[in-house]
Amino acid sequence: MVPDNHLFFIDPNRCIGCQACVHACSECDTHKGHSMIHLEYVDRPHSVQTIPVVCMHCNSPTCAEVCPADAIKRTGDGVVQSARKPRCIACNNCVLACPFGVPKMNVGFELMMKCDMCYDRTSSGLKPMCATVCPSGALAFGTVEQFEHERPRSEPLNRFRFGQQEVTTRVRMMVPRGGQVEHLDVTSLMDDSTPSHCIPTDALVATLYRDEDES
Amino acid sequence: MKNNAPGVETSTRFPNGRPENEQPPWRHDFPIDWPEDSYVARRDYAKFLVLTSLAFFVGQLSIGLQSLWRRSRGKPPIQKVAQFAQIPVGGVFPFNYPGRHDPCLLLRPAEGPLVAYSQKCTHLSCAVVPRMEQGELHCPCHVGSFDLANGRPLAGPPRRPLPRVVLEIRGNVIYATGVEERTT
Repeated sequence: MVPDNHLFFIDPNRCIGCQACVHACSECDTHKGHSMIHLEYVDRPHSVQTIPVVCMHCNSPTCAEVCPADAIKRTGDGVVQSARKPRCIACNNCVLACPFGVPKMNVGFELMMKCDMCYDRTSSGLKPMCATVCPSGALAFGTVEQFEHERPRSEPLNRFRFGQQEVTTRVRMMVPRGGQVEHLDVTSLMDDSTPSHCIPTDALVATLYRDEDES
Repeated sequence: MKNNAPGVETSTRFPNGRPENEQPPWRHDFPIDWPEDSYVARRDYAKFLVLTSLAFFVGQLSIGLQSLWRRSRGKPPIQKVAQFAQIPVGGVFPFNYPGRHDPCLLLRPAEGPLVAYSQKCTHLSCAVVPRMEQGELHCPCHVGSFDLANGRPLAGPPRRPLPRVVLEIRGNVIYATGVEERTT
């Protein structure tokens, strides 16, 4: 069991794009030499900023909700596991459905493989592989109290809104304390020519929630 | 779905935002959480036990019926195999007995009586080849061998002896009168 008070924190501000987490991930025993971390470039022509993407371990995992083969399961401590090999039919539903874009389809294995927070390590008291190697602390594993003490200018958030869907995650995203709540219009970013009045305002908008926004 | 992940609220526990008791019934059958997925209800376990023992009972019954049916078929017919003069010492004479598709071998070793065995190896029913000078029947499929004198396995994978064909010599003619299936 992963202890309830031990949480995974992602701090994109600290990411330096060194790819250490990507390579460490592939060295984890249960990952069969395949990395499950995506290192995303935010705006590659203009910035070197990167964001490590690991599984957010949702309260209502969209990947598991859409799985037609019942292959994605979550353990009792809230860690969403990789697809079960005997059940996975490689249909790509989870890859398309995940709002964070986490699951990866391994076509050769006909198996979806996703970050499982190194369950073999975290369930026996170790940190996930990526969190142990990250030199800048962009991926970190520990208690809320520890990070409130060490990083007083950041606050951990774990509520997101994607259109109508509200997602609460086990993994915390660190954002600057007191910053503005970001509303990201995904469709307008994808295609500049789309007239804004054609976009249903609440259909494809991603929002990071702050706790005081809850009514 | 009682143990929520730490630090989460029930409003985002299900995609439609409704509490657990208002969820559709299929959620109960296909839970996302591992502990509930591997939970076996008492009724399911009882069903499993009853059906498994029923399957065992039906299996036993079918074995019993099969042996009854085999017994009711009666003895195989008496069939003329060959003239005694047709087989020289050390010779082999192939024939089919009791049916047209049951190949057998009539053997006349240099010493000992005339013997006949089914040609089907008791391992995987390959045709055995007599090796009179070594005093054995050889199966080329998995290099098994049987004793020529009594049909018992000598080496290789077969564990049971070859079925022996009971012979009867009346005057100059050899007759097959039955098949003796042995287990040891």
